[in-house]
Amino acid sequence: MIHPLIQLTLLRLRTLARQPEAIFWTVGFPLLMTCTLGIAFRNTAPTKTRIGVEANSSNAQAVANTLSQSAELEGVLLAPAEAARQLRSGKVALVVVPDSASSVTYRLDPMRPESRAAQMIVNNALQQAAGRINPVMTKEQVVTESGGRYIDFLIPGLIGMNLLGSGLWGVGFTIVMARVNKLLKQMAATPMRRAHYLGSFMLARLLLLIPEIIVLMSFAYLAFGVRMQGNWLSFFLFAVLGNLAFVGIGLLIAARTETVEGASGLMNLVILPMWVLSGTFFSAARFPDFVQPFIKLLPLTAVNDGLRAVMNEGASLASQGLPLAVLTGWAVLSFVVALRTFRWQ
Amino acid sequence: MNTSSNGVARLALRCQSLVKHFKDVTAVNGLDLEVYAGECFGLLGPNGAGKTTTIEILEGLNTPDSGTAELLGLRWGAGQDQALRERLGVQLQETKLPDKLTVQETVELFRSFYSKGNTIDHVISLVTLEEKRHARVGKLSGGQRQRLAVACALVSAPDILFLDEPTTGLDPQARLQLWEVVERFRAAGGTVLLTTHYMDEAARLCDRIGIMDHGKIIALGTPAELIASLGAEQIIEFTLCETEAKFEAAALLKLNGVTGTQSRDEGYALTVSQISAALPALLAECERQGVKLDRLTTHQATLEDVFVHLTGRHLRDA
Repeated sequence: MIHPLIQLTLLRLRTLARQPEAIFWTVGFPLLMTCTLGIAFRNTAPTKTRIGVEANSSNAQAVANTLSQSAELEGVLLAPAEAARQLRSGKVALVVVPDSASSVTYRLDPMRPESRAAQMIVNNALQQAAGRINPVMTKEQVVTESGGRYIDFLIPGLIGMNLLGSGLWGVGFTIVMARVNKLLKQMAATPMRRAHYLGSFMLARLLLLIPEIIVLMSFAYLAFGVRMQGNWLSFFLFAVLGNLAFVGIGLLIAARTETVEGASGLMNLVILPMWVLSGTFFSAARFPDFVQPFIKLLPLTAVNDGLRAVMNEGASLASQGLPLAVLTGWAVLSFVVALRTFRWQ
Repeated sequence: MNTSSNGVARLALRCQSLVKHFKDVTAVNGLDLEVYAGECFGLLGPNGAGKTTTIEILEGLNTPDSGTAELLGLRWGAGQDQALRERLGVQLQETKLPDKLTVQETVELFRSFYSKGNTIDHVISLVTLEEKRHARVGKLSGGQRQRLAVACALVSAPDILFLDEPTTGLDPQARLQLWEVVERFRAAGGTVLLTTHYMDEAARLCDRIGIMDHGKIIALGTPAELIASLGAEQIIEFTLCETEAKFEAAALLKLNGVTGTQSRDEGYALTVSQISAALPALLAECERQGVKLDRLTTHQATLEDVFVHLTGRHLRDA
């Protein structure tokens, strides 16, 4: 006879395999996200920055020509009112007002980083054209190695997000549905061991995690040349630990929730802040310093940081003590609390 | 009924003074019950009578506020719950089994929870779902689904089978098929405790019946005993043309062969021992009082009449 843990795990896998839409959400959706975001943020030749030149004096045309000779700039002659309008709407990064042959005014919004950058480039171009000699020789070396691109940043984040979603929805939702359908009660009336029931979610998720990651990573490699710089085992260890933490939180949410609506609310309450705070689509370092300790303690931050460090920097496990500790803590704590508070009937 | 060597029937379960409150509702109010090994015992009562709470306490799914329940010589919460669950089969009201599994997979799943019991093939044949064994649960009819639920309760070859409203919502043919499953289990020596609000189900399946109302058993006995307790074999029900205030109902009790009267719905019900004497007497009385009969029916007394006699309400609308 087949062990009950295996039977319960088969129940999870069969239910998933016989629902095509569920497969889309676990595998197809992240692929689609990768594809869309990969295309949106692909590396292209830098476009020229548009600079408005106010056509108010005779040398305006000369200024515009000087700017257009630069590889990074495009000088456009504009009437004063039109120049102001285009600056406001962001169509030009900066407006140059030629006051006289030897004096110009830069008009810009200093809060816009691209305006600041444009001002420096424009200033350099104009000063050099007017005969400035640079005392220091400079050279540029362009870096577009894999590991440092946005797509390299994105892939581990998407894996983390997927682990979070499947852990919480796959486990929490299924349990609450079983409670609503009285299936949980029906099973509680048998000698089924409670640990087998909860363990089957764990096992099923671990079995699914391997193909999910392989599919996503293969796609990212084929489509965008995303490479694993570090150790695959360390990478999977982070994925497994993250999975344990998220399944634990899923169990916690489902421990006492009686309705599907209640569960959905709780899931969103947990998932959405982490999507934003944990550095899935952009680096969490952008948030102010005083919230950083809190962000570091979020399980999704730990998964994302760990996966990124291993994949993009080839980091060793020993150097990733904090994320490892955070994930272990979440996994153990959520399981213990969920088991203690779980309501079977 | 199984009897021990000294001829006394063995108890399969016994509970004493069970009480269970939910917030401000008293679901079970001092209930005593004994079920013998090998019998089919029915708790008959309207919705809200406390049947489900009682059966769930016995199944170990609910704990009573006070009172004791003992099954197969064991008690819940005494450290032997797992051993006890191994010997029980439980079908709950309205369990929704996973839609995506097949019949066979569902039975295998539940069988895996028990250390011993029936083979998968045997269980599927007990509930006559052989032809559906590879069908998904989601594709089964209501009756087939309910038989599968009973199959999940039978996987352990249980000593006691609990059935909570097993045929509610099923069509007549599906009910009949489910009754046959229960009868086969009985014939093999199993003990059954079932709840129902269908008197025909109770009358057909049960050796003994406890009629429940407001958390208590208000009458107990074999179906025949309960009906005999009415002191009458027949029931006459009648209504009068337009409600005539001057109709003197008290006079009905004095009629020849009438043992009891009750006003029901818009009319009256008479329990009668001799219909051949009571019917002419009733017609004569109507004549005497100058009222006209609108509708008159007679039938053999049933458990429904027992319930109405005890509570003044019908099972279905109580």
